[in-house]
Formats: sequence, structure tokens, C-alpha cells
Amino acid sequence: MGVAVLYSAGQTDVPTVAARLWERQLIFLGVGVVAGIVVSRLSPRLIEWATPALYGVGIALLALTLVVGTGAGTAAGSKSWLAVGGVRIGQPSEVAKLVVILMLARHLAGRREPPTTLWQLVPAAVIVAAAFLLVGLQPDLGSAIVFIGILFAMLFWAGVSPWLLLLLASPLLSLLFAFSTVSWGIWIAVVTIVLFWQRPYALEGLTVWLTNVGMGIMALTLWNRLAPYQQNRLLSFLNPEVDPRATGWHIIQSKVAIGSGGLIGKGFTEGTQKRLAFLPEQATDFVYSVVGEELGFLGVLASLVLFGVFLSLLLRIASRATDPFASLAVFGIAGMFFTHVLENVGMTIGLMPITGIPLPFFSYGGSFLLTCCIALGVVLRVAHDHRRTGYGD
Amino acid sequence: MNWFHPHVVARRAAVARLVIWGGLGLLLVAFFRTQVLSAGRYQLASEQNRLRAVPIPAPRGLIVDRNGEVLAENEPGYAVALIAASPDSLVSLLERIQPMLGLEREDLPGILERYRRRPSEPVVVRQDVPFEAVSALEERRVLVPGLVIQTTPKRRYPFGAVAAHALGYVSEITEEELASARFAGARSGTLVGREGLERTYDDRLRGRDGVRFVEVDALGRTVRDQDVAPGLLPDPGATIRTTLDVGLQRFVAEAFPAGRRGAVVVLDPRTGQLLTLYSAPAYDPNAFIGGIDPVVWEQLRQSPEHPLLNRTIQAAYPPASPWKLLVAAIALERGVVRPHAHMPIPCRGGLQYYNRYFRCWRVEGHGDLDLLDAIKYSCDVYFYQLGLKLGLATMLQEAGALGMHEPVGIDLPNERTSFFPASTEYYNRRYGPRGWTSAVTLNLAIGQGENVQTPVNVAYFYALLASPTGRVPPPHLVEPSRTAPTRELRLSEAVRADLRSALISVVEGGTAAASRIADLHIAGKTGTAQNPQGDDHGWFVAFAPAEAPEVVVAAIVEFAEHGSWVAPLVTRIIARHLRGDDSLHWGAPRLLVPADSAPAPVPIVPGPPIGARTGTR
Repeated sequence: MGVAVLYSAGQTDVPTVAARLWERQLIFLGVGVVAGIVVSRLSPRLIEWATPALYGVGIALLALTLVVGTGAGTAAGSKSWLAVGGVRIGQPSEVAKLVVILMLARHLAGRREPPTTLWQLVPAAVIVAAAFLLVGLQPDLGSAIVFIGILFAMLFWAGVSPWLLLLLASPLLSLLFAFSTVSWGIWIAVVTIVLFWQRPYALEGLTVWLTNVGMGIMALTLWNRLAPYQQNRLLSFLNPEVDPRATGWHIIQSKVAIGSGGLIGKGFTEGTQKRLAFLPEQATDFVYSVVGEELGFLGVLASLVLFGVFLSLLLRIASRATDPFASLAVFGIAGMFFTHVLENVGMTIGLMPITGIPLPFFSYGGSFLLTCCIALGVVLRVAHDHRRTGYGD
Repeated sequence: MNWFHPHVVARRAAVARLVIWGGLGLLLVAFFRTQVLSAGRYQLASEQNRLRAVPIPAPRGLIVDRNGEVLAENEPGYAVALIAASPDSLVSLLERIQPMLGLEREDLPGILERYRRRPSEPVVVRQDVPFEAVSALEERRVLVPGLVIQTTPKRRYPFGAVAAHALGYVSEITEEELASARFAGARSGTLVGREGLERTYDDRLRGRDGVRFVEVDALGRTVRDQDVAPGLLPDPGATIRTTLDVGLQRFVAEAFPAGRRGAVVVLDPRTGQLLTLYSAPAYDPNAFIGGIDPVVWEQLRQSPEHPLLNRTIQAAYPPASPWKLLVAAIALERGVVRPHAHMPIPCRGGLQYYNRYFRCWRVEGHGDLDLLDAIKYSCDVYFYQLGLKLGLATMLQEAGALGMHEPVGIDLPNERTSFFPASTEYYNRRYGPRGWTSAVTLNLAIGQGENVQTPVNVAYFYALLASPTGRVPPPHLVEPSRTAPTRELRLSEAVRADLRSALISVVEGGTAAASRIADLHIAGKTGTAQNPQGDDHGWFVAFAPAEAPEVVVAAIVEFAEHGSWVAPLVTRIIARHLRGDDSLHWGAPRLLVPADSAPAPVPIVPGPPIGARTGTR
């Protein structure tokens, strides 16, 4: 389905770069499938053993990208790509997602008990934070968010108490709530109550509380340090009409395209907004708008259901995995997919701020497709193992 | 406990499942809202995005004369426009086409300004480009990407200056007019009538623009031009049929003495229709098409000849002797005098009234005349006495009733109101209650004094005189007349016949004897209006055939010195109209009768004899 939609996205009346993309995507798909098969041949044990090395390489690549990378896509001013002699090879951040998942899985699986205090969460946080920071400095805020998603998903799966997760997330939430004094005040009160209830170690509790307050105070400075386009993105997320010609343009056009699709859409390759290049980034970040416009609500329903089923399958595999590492890895992968889908689709409809996150299997992008295929390879292997050994029900 | 225990796992799995489907469900709800509930709104937006309305200009209505000859029409004009991606590329394109179009440095800022206002539309470089320049550009189309030649209709007046004042001219709509309610729906570039018939009937002439849709992409470029969406056909402007006779109008223009200023009004006393409305000097309204050259405009405006002035309705002159008919008619109507009545004092060259001596134009005097002869010879002394007998108040009142201080109500803009005092209050106000005497009556009686009339007003009065009923619709150029007749000249049949015979005798043997045309019974009256600034103006008003008049012609030529000088012109016009005589071979008029202007009254002082002039004239 993904390639078909991409083909359609390329059918524009106005010449764009997108016209030939679907062919290249097919190539990447081929490569990805092969890679996936290869990976699935590998025993999870092997993967688990190799993980730290892979992680190291991943981090190194990220660091390298910061130094010598070039940009593309909706975040064209950033350094997300590695190029050799002017030819873009790939985005290390995509690979980094996978290796972070693996690394985190290995770390968490190694523990006998789930982390119960913040201090115990630190190693996990560090694993993710390293990648998060490196990616965030590119600056690729979108991908950075994915790492957060992965972290929380895997921590949850590993048995960390939800309240602890809340406390972990609290500084970030504090930052978000800081835009309105009232909401921030409420939030701080909530945090205090939870702290008292959970009774963590005094030092930790104090740290959390102070961090929250600090975040709240720093909110303004951080806002000012955001690049204007990022500020605009958040503002136009709240109200696209604020800057309809520039940053609000994406979301307005996307909604127009989707909305005009109606129930059954305008027909495959017939979308007028896409055809006339009104829809920006229609092959990459906004490819779901093409789905909305051309296949209508029914198409949207179908694709979202498919995604849901896909994620459920991953869930089942994770539940029935033979060992914690595999289980965590699969769940992490599921978390990654879920974050991507939620953010990208939400972006096209205006529920989420615009970040440059691709839609798995739909958006054009070699590195990401490769990553997804390899991830699937791992998952399949885990699933296969389970079935073969007949462990579980 | 070991976190990997199946039950724990299962519980977490359930939570995770909930989160997944919850999230997706949220997305679905949002999509549902957008796609199903608000589909209409977004569909509209998507249509608006991609469709642009392009107006189809409606052709302006034609103006034709009474026989269907076209007086004002449209012909295709070419406007050169450019599509440019940026101001710099626009400038380079302009440089490339400059030699072919002859653009000036000064044009550049205006073009750039228009471009900046609407960068996604072609910017018009020059409105009215001659065909040769257009073909030159077309040949070099490869050099000039983004060239757009637009055909816009231009106005054309095939007869040029002949009917300029009646037709008027058009120019492009201005910014303020576009914003006003009167022009709602008009688009920039629409032609709007500014003067004359073009202006009076502008609403009917303009029609209504149609619209067609083109499909555009995100950058505003036209992607598809045909069959995009149903459009609207334009409503062409209505054709206005005037009462003018262009053949006659052309004859008048040619017959009018060259280099002279004046006006000619020809109307049909049976219907009030204007057959000719000519004012000299005239101008070529075609000069206004495509934007008038400022130099030409300044010339027209500043010229001492005032060519833009429509002298038939916008200039007023002292009516002089033709006024005597009005005085006579009033007096007859009131029964103050009878056609063959004599006045107490015969004409011996002047009349003494209190301490002033009012002279007649004929120094020797006319002797004892009756009314009809007084008209024939235009005797001032007779009319001085008639005026006194009639009384100032009566004269003012009756003349007012006949519309001598009202506009005619012609369907042309800016008609000037003729002036005649409405009552003695005017004199009180102007000169003070003791500053004037009843001596003003004498001047008024012969058509001088505080009295100025437009040629069309005079013509209208004579139409009333000529008409058997005394009621004529006001002069108009387009049927049906917009105002109902309000003036009435009530005279008995016999009196009318008498007046007519008096007027006939003017042409036969009176002051217009030099212009009679055999077997064409023309009834007319000469006049010489005194002009303090120079030579006198000459009037002649006539109708024919005298027994059952079909046409009334009123003509005035400035600085003609004598009304008799104007008479041949008028009679020729009448001959042309009634008999189709196109010839101008009657030759230049030569006068055998002296001027019949009444000299100014002189105070009586003991001294030189009466005949000697004292210099004040």
C-alpha cells in the first residue's frame, strides 16, 4: 500500500522532484527486504551480543553527522545526513533509533527487577539521552521526540511504575505547562502531591521538584533560543491561520487536501491539491494527506486499521517472546512505529505540531525504510523463535 | 517480582493495546471530523485554491444614429503584458521589448508598482499598442518568455470630430469609481463614459462582464485553460439609437465657417428629437482612446477656443432679436397687442425714455409699423414700446413660464441653465431697490440686458412656436424622451399663422433676404447679440417648411457681427435636410442689409445731434 500511495504522490501536473521517487523507493524496499531477511537469520543472541558495539557505532555516526552532515527535507537547514562526495548516503538518526532500542533492551533485560527509583532510571536515561541530544542538536527535533517515545515505551514495558514515569517526564511537562502561569501552578501542585505520595528518596524528590521549577523558569529563555522556524511551527500548530503563507501553509493545505477528500476521496492519483503542488512535501512528511485526499475517509480508516493491526501483532510477539531482551526489543520497535504514526498522521490533521517525521512504509526515505525493514527482520526472528520453540501458549 | 512474568506481561500488553487503539481512535475521530463532517468546507477551499476567475470583458454597446449608422463602436486593441517571476526578470524582459514598444524611463516605476501589487498575474506594460508593434513582438516571442498579448476592446468614433460633443468620450475607470457602489462588479480597465451620450447612458452601454475559470497551481500559474468549470457569458452593452442624422451632422460640420466658434442645433418640432447638435470648434474623441496624451489634453484644456465646451448646451448668449418673437408671442397671448396693431410712437431711429435715448439699429428709422412688420424688419423702437406696454412683471413671469430660466432637460450631462430674471426681486437684489428703473424693460424687450440663453433653449422656444399645438417634448437625443413636456405656448391658430408669415417675410424680404431659397418656405429670425468683449455674435433661428414645420434650426456664430451672416448657413442646412441638397455652391454670403443689433442707449445731453455716435457701444 505504501508504495502505491507514493506512486500517486508523484503524479503531479506540475513537475516536482516527487515524480520519480516511487521508483527509488521500490529499490530501497528491495534492499530493505533483503536486509530484513538477512537480519532475521541472525539469532537474537547474536544481536544481543553485538548491541553495545552497534550502539557505539551509532553514537559515533551521530556525532560525526553533527560535524560534517548536510540537511534535507522540512528541516533543510539541519545536519541530518551523511554524504560522501556530495551523494547523500543516509540519515544516521534513523539507524540510531534502532540501535538505541537494542541497547536499551539489553540494559533493561539485564536487570532482575524493574527500576523503582529515579536513580535507577539514570542509566537507561543516559543511553537514550546521548542519542537524543546528538539528534536534537542537529537540530532534528522530530526524531528526538521519537527517542523520548521509545524510552517511555520501553520503560513502561519493563515494569516501571507509571508514577515514576510521570515523575521522570515531569520536567518536560513542566516546560510545556510553563506557557501559562495558571497551568504551571497547577502542575507544580500536582507534582508536589505525587512526590509526597510516592515518597521517593528525599534527594531524588528534591531534584525532581527543583528541576520542575527550574524548567518552568527556564521556559522563557528556552523559547527564545529556539530557532524562529521552530517557534513558528509551534505557534502555527496552535493556530495555523497565524502565518498562512509560510508555516501555517503546510497545515492549512494538508487539512484542505484531507478534508476535500470527503468520504471516498477523489480517486487514486486524482487528488487536485496534490496534483497542483498545493500540498507541500507530499512525498515525504505529508504523504498521508495524499491518502486522505485521494482515498477519503474510508482509505484513512483502512490504513489506520492496518497500522493498528500491525502494532497489535507486534504486541503479541512481544508478549510471547522467549526472553526479556527480545521482548523489550520488539516492544521498543512497536513504540517507535507507534510514535511515528501518531506524530505524522496527527501532523497532517493538525493535532500535532509539525515535525519532520516520516510515516513508516509510506514516506519516501531510504534510511528510514531500511531501518523499518531491519526492525521487521528482528521482529520476525523473534516471532519465529517463539513459534519454533513453542514457548508460551 | 520478575517483571517478565506472563501475567504481568499480559496486563501490560492490555494497557499497551489500549493506548495503541486509543491513539489511533483519536486520530480517526479527527479525520472523521475533517473529512466527513467538514468535507464541504474543505472542498470549497480546495476549489478556491485551484480555480481562478478570469473576467470576460463585455463589449460596450454601440451608439448609432437614427438611420442605423454607427457613431461609436468597438475595435480590438492590444495590450502587452508580461509574466515575470521576479522584479529583476521583469526589468530584463522590459529591456528586451523596449525597442519595439518605445517604452520610456518614466514608465518603469509605474510598471514595477503594478507588478508588486499582483506578482502572480501578468502585468500590463502598455495598454494601446498598434498592430505593427504587436506583430513585431509576436515574431520575437522566443526572446521574451512570459509575453502575453491581451485583446481589449477599444472605442472608435468613425466620424471623428463631427459629433464629438454629442457623443462624448470614454476613459478607463478610476480607483475611486471601482470602490464606489455605482460600479459594483466592474473590473479594472472597464471603459466609462465621461462626457456626452457616452456618460448619460453609460449604465446601459457598459453591459456586464462574464467570467471563466482557469486552473492554477500553487504558484498561481495557469495550468489549464479550457473546460475547467462552467463560466458565465458576458452581457454585451445595449446599443443606443440616437435621433441624430449623421449625414446632416456631417454637412453642418463642413458648412460651418472654418475657424469660427459657435453652435448649431437642429431639432424636429413635431417630436422634439434632435437631428444635429454641433459645436465649433470640435475635437476628435478618438484622441482620448487608450489614454489621452497629456500634451494634447493640456492643449485642449488651455486653448482659448475652448474646444471641449459644448456650445449648444453649455454656452449661453444674449438672445438678441430672436427674443422679440417671445415678447410678441407673450403680448399676443395676453391680448396686449394684435398682429396689426401700431405703437404710439413710430420708429425714427430711436425712442426717448425718460432721460435716455434708446436707439434702433436702423439709424433712419423704420417708420410706422405694425407688429408683423416690426418682426420682419426687427424694429427695436416698436419692441421698446411693446415691452413697456406688456409690463416688466408680466414679461418676467411669462418668460419664466416658458422656461427661459430653466434647463431644457436634454439627456446630456452638464447642461447649463439659461438665465432670465424670475421677478423684479432680481433687480432689487442686484442694484438695490432704488438702483434701477423700468428702463430695463426696454433692453429686455429686444433681447439684451440681463438675459443669456443657450442655443438649445432658443431652439426649443422656436419649436414651440413652430408646432401647431404649442407643446413639444423637450429636446432629446435618445427615444424615449426622459422628461415630459412642461412648457406650452398657447396661441390661437390665426395668431400662429400671422407670426409665421412675419417670419417668412424675414427671409423673403427682411433682414435675411440674402439667403432665401426658391420654393422652400423658410421662416426665420436674425439676431445680433452684443458682445462687450469684441465683435457681436450672430444668431439665426429658422423653421421650415413654414406651413407645417418639420425642422427647426438655431445657429449662432461668435463674432459674426451680423445675424444675416449666419442666415445662409441655416437655410442651407434646412435645404439639405428637407431636400437632400448637398451642395455648398450657394457661395459665401454677402450682406446687403446692415446689422440689426440695437446700439446701447445714450443719455440725452444737450449737444451733438442724435445721429452721431458717442463711442460707447
